[in-house]
Amino acid sequence: MSEGMLKQGIVPGRLEPGQYARNFSDLHPRLDKHEAFVEADRCYFCFDAPCMHACPTSIDIPMFIREISTDNPLGAAETIFEQNILGGMCARVCPTEQLCEEACVRMEAEGKPVKIGQLQRYATDIAMEENAQFFERAPSTGKKIAVVGAGPAGLAAAHRLAVHGHDVTIYDARPKAGGLNEYGIATYKTPDGFAQAEVEYVTAIGGIDIELGQALGKELSLEGLLKTHDAVFLGVGLGGVNALRAEGESTADDGLAAAVDFISELRQSDDLSKLPVGRRIVVIGGGMTAIDAAVQSKLLGAEDVTICYRRGQEHMNASGFEQDLAASKGVRIRHWLQPKRILTENGRVTGIELEYTTLTDGRLVGMGHTLTLPADQVFKAIGQTLEDETAAGLALSGGRIAVDAEGRTSRPGVWAGGDCIDKGDDLTVTAVAQGRDAAESIHRYLSGN
Amino acid sequence: MADIRNNFVGIKSPNPFWLASAPPTDKAYNVERAFKAGWGGVVWKTLGEEGPPVVNVNGPRYGAIWSGDRRLIGFNNIELITDRQLQLNLQEIKQVKKNWPDRALVVSIMVPCDEDSWKAILPLVEETEADGIELNFGCPHGMSERGMGAAVGQVPEYVEMVVRWCKQYSRMPVITKLTPNITDIRRPARAAKNGGTDAVSLINTINSITSVDLDLMAPMPTIDGKGTHGGYCGPAAKPIALHMVAEIARDKETYGLPISGIGGVTTWRDAAEFLALGAGNVQVCTAAMVYGFKIVEEMISGLSNWMDEKGYRTLDDFSGRAVRNVTDWQFLNLNYITKAHIDQETCIKCGRCHIACEDTSHQAIMKEKDGKRHFEVMDDECVGCNLCVNVCPVEDCITMIALQPGMLDERTNRVVEPTYANWTTHPNNPMRKVEPAE
Repeated sequence: MSEGMLKQGIVPGRLEPGQYARNFSDLHPRLDKHEAFVEADRCYFCFDAPCMHACPTSIDIPMFIREISTDNPLGAAETIFEQNILGGMCARVCPTEQLCEEACVRMEAEGKPVKIGQLQRYATDIAMEENAQFFERAPSTGKKIAVVGAGPAGLAAAHRLAVHGHDVTIYDARPKAGGLNEYGIATYKTPDGFAQAEVEYVTAIGGIDIELGQALGKELSLEGLLKTHDAVFLGVGLGGVNALRAEGESTADDGLAAAVDFISELRQSDDLSKLPVGRRIVVIGGGMTAIDAAVQSKLLGAEDVTICYRRGQEHMNASGFEQDLAASKGVRIRHWLQPKRILTENGRVTGIELEYTTLTDGRLVGMGHTLTLPADQVFKAIGQTLEDETAAGLALSGGRIAVDAEGRTSRPGVWAGGDCIDKGDDLTVTAVAQGRDAAESIHRYLSGN
Repeated sequence: MADIRNNFVGIKSPNPFWLASAPPTDKAYNVERAFKAGWGGVVWKTLGEEGPPVVNVNGPRYGAIWSGDRRLIGFNNIELITDRQLQLNLQEIKQVKKNWPDRALVVSIMVPCDEDSWKAILPLVEETEADGIELNFGCPHGMSERGMGAAVGQVPEYVEMVVRWCKQYSRMPVITKLTPNITDIRRPARAAKNGGTDAVSLINTINSITSVDLDLMAPMPTIDGKGTHGGYCGPAAKPIALHMVAEIARDKETYGLPISGIGGVTTWRDAAEFLALGAGNVQVCTAAMVYGFKIVEEMISGLSNWMDEKGYRTLDDFSGRAVRNVTDWQFLNLNYITKAHIDQETCIKCGRCHIACEDTSHQAIMKEKDGKRHFEVMDDECVGCNLCVNVCPVEDCITMIALQPGMLDERTNRVVEPTYANWTTHPNNPMRKVEPAE
């Protein structure tokens, strides 16, 4: 092991310089043609395929796999993009083992589904590398639409609106477009600038402008957007981070951070050896964000990384694959532990006290017994919240923007989709479906249908 | 333990698996390797007349088609007969036979269709002490353009004539290899029998173009931009071969004529099927060319175990057993009624049976029950066609179940008759006979 791993505190350079690139390289490199053919051959071309129904964007999976198997990757890509213009990213980040691959009849037949996600990546990568474009804009309608948020929902909405001939301006608060695709996903899932390449691919259809550094509630207001546009789509995501509600949280100046900020910083870093990371790390949470933060901490050279989740393994939002991935990288996952107190010394985190939990009559309760884990860095990954200013004046439901089946908010002319709505499920692919479908609704509204 | 020793027209071999006359049997090196691997016999690659040997193309000589997982299922070749000197082949044949006295060694021959040519080569072959000769009347490419191979096999009169010369000028058993590139395989078989052949072997390869190179716009295999038809074989050819073997086995005129079965034999099961349809042994080529000689171990073990399971002690116990069950369509029992049945336990719900039936057959498989994905046969629509069985990816998930006499066929609302009744007596048949036929 490298000397750097023994350094105390939150420091950079724990690994040998060459190790970073190896640790953060592509988790699943693209299948080569032979591998794709072998895998595609396993697809049974099911009638009314269960995988298709399990896909939030309803991609015609048997068809695109058949197209791959006949050496027609561009046809396959078109089949994918017709339903999901962010099919490239979804191929990388979808929890396929909970969606299409769980539904695959090969799963029932032999416990080994067709690798749908990897086949999707094979086709979409080829098309995107060739910049094969499958959509043409309809004649301009002259209608102007504001899309707030350049994440998966916003990009999907913008693309579909552009297809229908509308002029779209995407506003995003961050310095780069892509939303969580750019800032919120583990580096090894989408290396080599894929998120930006995808933004370029999606917007290449034309009719889509992107204005960055424009935040709703700051530079922008819904009122203002409605005055200058015919419709507004909100795909603002969840900007706030839930607090642990643990003692000492407010006095921990150094070492307590939101997992999403760590992930974002990591994604934007151009030299991972300069990124500081603790020697002992505790991640609080049970979802993908917790896994991404924990695994990447480990890959940055942290010696000891523990995920603590307040419920059982069966309740974790992180998929089985993600949990296995974490375990394979040496991350420990502990269940039935909730944060009680952040331990600090002069504002610097030294550990965390956790309380054992149990379910009593379906309710989670603390058992009184506690456990202390030493830590110089604690990441919060217990969910994000809607920032109030991004939904000013709109009806909320469960803390998120309330929408109807078409994505219409309580305010006429305003649609919403993705994580910020009450129907969001924190999946890229769901956000894409909602953005796309809201765009169709907006189009119907603007065309007077 | 089953006894799988084979006696084919007096030629003995430890098992019924021979390598067919083809590239794997072109020289001593290969044949010795085959015998070491356990093959019961070989038919040495076809010898031509004395003189400068034929030449082969120097570009690709094989083509293939594959299943989705790139398993080779059909194969073709444009190779000619041996391109080695006759004397070299004869010396090697003699030596190999000496080295392997317990194995069958048959020599394939193809010379011009005149008496002198045959008269000249037969003693040379006989001198090697090979066990017999096989007359190559089958090769569909190259040699047929020169009046040999299939050009002879396609004319029954020539077949009979050449066989007669061979019987006249040789003491060796004669196996006549037939081409499938003919309308009715019984005709050349009868001719061979009339000429006095000891046996027929079939099928030789089928005229074919395996594929087209869409960049070159030329057939495959392509030689400098051009291609020609080649001889097709391999697993995909087996059904054609089985039919032709059965036709000869059940033909009144050739009934009992020994048959060496050839065409897509890949496993012990394929061999057992050829034998059941009347073949005395089998010859293999493509499977060996794809997987190497070792496959014979599986064939020997599989055949032997199956015979033990069935209680067959020798090959003769089951050889030809299926011949009596090969009949004409007109004699099939129209009172025999089956319905498909889907085993819900093993069904993986791919729905292929449904869409096949719905789109292309009789709309007899439901796709939903109580709002759930569910595939079940509707007996009142099912005609028992077997399509669903054939498209189902799970073996034995869908089976055909025969209705017993007295049961109601829900499709026709008729009770199943206990009697046999075929088309010859069917009221819809304008040519029907009054009495039921045999």
